Amino acid sequence: MRHARADYEVISALVHEGARVLDVGCGDGALLQKLVAEKRVKGRGMELSQAGVNACVAKGLAVVQGDADRDLQFFPDEAFDYVILSKTIQAVHRPGEVLAELARIGRRVIVSLPNFGHWKTRMALLFGGRMPVNPSLPSSWHETGNIHLCTVRDFAELCGGLGLMIERGVPISGGHAGSPFAKTLWRANWFAEDVVFAVVATDAAVKPASDVVKLRA
Amino acid sequence: MSRASNSVPAPPFRGWSSTGGVRTITFGEDQPLHLSSGEKLSPLTIGYETYGELAPDKSNAVLVCHALTGDQYVASPNPVTGRPGWWPRIVGPGKPIDTNRFFVICANVLGGCMGTSGPASMHPDGRPYGLRFPVFTVADMVRAQAMLVEALGIKQLFCVIGGSIGGMQALQWAAAYPQRVFACVPVATAARHSAQNIAFYEVGRQAIMADPEWREGDYLFHGTRPAKGLAVARMAAHITYLSEPALHRKFDRALQEREKISFGFDADFQVESYLRHQGQSFVDRFDANSYLYITRAVDYFDLAGDFGGALPRAFQDCPARFCAFAFSSDWHYPPEGMKQAVRALIASGCEASYVEVDSDKGHDAFLLEEPAFEHALAGFIDAAAQARGLTPGVAR
Repeated sequence: MRHARADYEVISALVHEGARVLDVGCGDGALLQKLVAEKRVKGRGMELSQAGVNACVAKGLAVVQGDADRDLQFFPDEAFDYVILSKTIQAVHRPGEVLAELARIGRRVIVSLPNFGHWKTRMALLFGGRMPVNPSLPSSWHETGNIHLCTVRDFAELCGGLGLMIERGVPISGGHAGSPFAKTLWRANWFAEDVVFAVVATDAAVKPASDVVKLRA
Repeated sequence: MSRASNSVPAPPFRGWSSTGGVRTITFGEDQPLHLSSGEKLSPLTIGYETYGELAPDKSNAVLVCHALTGDQYVASPNPVTGRPGWWPRIVGPGKPIDTNRFFVICANVLGGCMGTSGPASMHPDGRPYGLRFPVFTVADMVRAQAMLVEALGIKQLFCVIGGSIGGMQALQWAAAYPQRVFACVPVATAARHSAQNIAFYEVGRQAIMADPEWREGDYLFHGTRPAKGLAVARMAAHITYLSEPALHRKFDRALQEREKISFGFDADFQVESYLRHQGQSFVDRFDANSYLYITRAVDYFDLAGDFGGALPRAFQDCPARFCAFAFSSDWHYPPEGMKQAVRALIASGCEASYVEVDSDKGHDAFLLEEPAFEHALAGFIDAAAQARGLTPGVAR
C-alpha cells in the first residue's frame, strides 16, 4: 500500500481505547482491523464493493454492503463514538449530506482527505494545464471515482456551514503526520498532501475561521 | 430428562416410499409442543440427521434450517427418495460448514413429511391427522428445533444457518433464543413474508384444494392423492425461485423435441416441459397437506409483529454475530427485504454483516454455484469459529 495510508496511523492515534467505531467506505477492512488490534475498538464497517465486503467478512469484521449516499440514514443517532470517512468523501455523491449524517450517527467524525490545494497540485494545474495525476490522485479525470475533490479550506467551509466544529486537523506530507509549513489551515492548504480532521457537531453554524485553527501533528 | 429416544419409528406414510433410514426423536405427552395458536401438539416426533462429531464441550454444533420443500439430508442422500444432499457446496468435509470441524444438525421442519410430525402423521386415534393437524408458525418450527437441540444436550449452538424459509427460522432463533445462538446466518430471506409471496403461496394452496382428490384434506384416509393440484402448486412456486435471465439462458423459446409448434397444448416449449417435470417429480416426495401447512406458517411470519411492530426490538440485546446474504436477482426474497432485517440488526446494536451477492440465478442462487457467496460464508464461519475458540479439526 502507498504511503498515503499514513492517515491510518493518525486516525488510530485519534481514537480512544475500546471506542465504538463505524468506518464508512472501509474497503478491505485494513483500517478497522488495525483499530481492533491497536485500540480494541468495537468496529463496524460499510462498503460498497462486494470484493471489499467479502474481504472484511473473511477477517471477522462486521461490515454491511451499502452506499454512504443512501444507507446511512438507517443508523441510529450517536450509535458510535467515532465515524470514520477515510479518503472516501471525495467519492460520494452528496458530501454535505453524508457529512451531516455522520455527525448525527457519531459523536465525532474523523475525515481524511487528499488535499487538492497542495502546492504541487496547484503547480501541475497552473503549468501543465491539465487535471493533476499523482500518487494521491492516481486516476485521470475521466476515470477517477473522485467526483468531489476539495481543498482543506473548502472542507473547513463545508463544516462551518453544517455547524460542525473542527476539533483537530492533522496534516500529512511525505507519508508522515505533520508538515513543517502546515501550522494553520491556510498553510496546510498549501503544504499538506492529506489532512485528517476530527469534527464534532455544534448547535449553531460555526464561522469558518479556518486560518486560526491550530493544526497539530 | 425426557422420554426422547432415537428408537421410535417414524410415523407411517401412505402413498409413497418406505421410511427406512429416517432418524427420529419423539417427545411424549409430558413434553408437548406449545404452539403459537395456543394449542398443544403431542406426541411430537422430529426427523433429523447429523454430520460430524459433537465436541466434548458441545460447542461446535451448527443447526442448518431447510427451505420449504427441503429435508434434513443436507449433506447426504435422502434414504427415502434417493435424492442427493441439497447443500453439497456448503455443508461437508472441507466445505464452508466443515463437517470435520462442526457437528451439523438438520431437522425436518415441523409439519414436514420426512419424519417430523405433520398432517400426514398418524393421529393417536390411528387415522392420519389431515386437516386435524394444528396450524403452526415459524416460531413453532423453531420451538420444536429447540426441543431437539436441548435433547441433544447442546446449550448454545455455534451457528444457525438457513436459506429462504430456513433463513426465517435462523432469524427467529436469534429473536427467540438470543443466548443460545453464537452466530446467525440468514440467507436469501426476510423478516416478514411479502404480499407477493403470500399471493403465490395462495395460488399453490388453491391448486391443491381445487383437486378433487384432495378430499377436503382426507386423501390419505381415502387412499388417493391430489397429485395434479400439488404439481401445479410446485410449478407456480418454482417460477419464483428462478429469474428471467436464468430462464432465458436455460430455455429461451426453445422447443421440446420438435421442429415446430404443434398448434395444441402439449409441452411445445422446453420451459413447459421442465416445469411439468418439476411438478411431477415433486408429488412423489411431498405431502400436499404439508405444503398447505408450511406455506401458511410462512405467510404468518412477520417477526416485527411479535415485538410491537418494531423489528429492532426482536434483536435487542442479542449477543449473536450475524452475517446476512442476499442475491441481486432474487425476486422471491429480494435484497431489500434482507436489508430491512439488517437495518434492524444495526439499529439494535448487533454485530451484523450483510453481503449482497451479484448473481443472475434468482432465489435458487443460494443452492447453486456462487463462489462469492461460498467465499464470504467460509470467511465468516471461520472468523466466528476462532472467536468461539473452536480450533480447526475439532472432530477430526
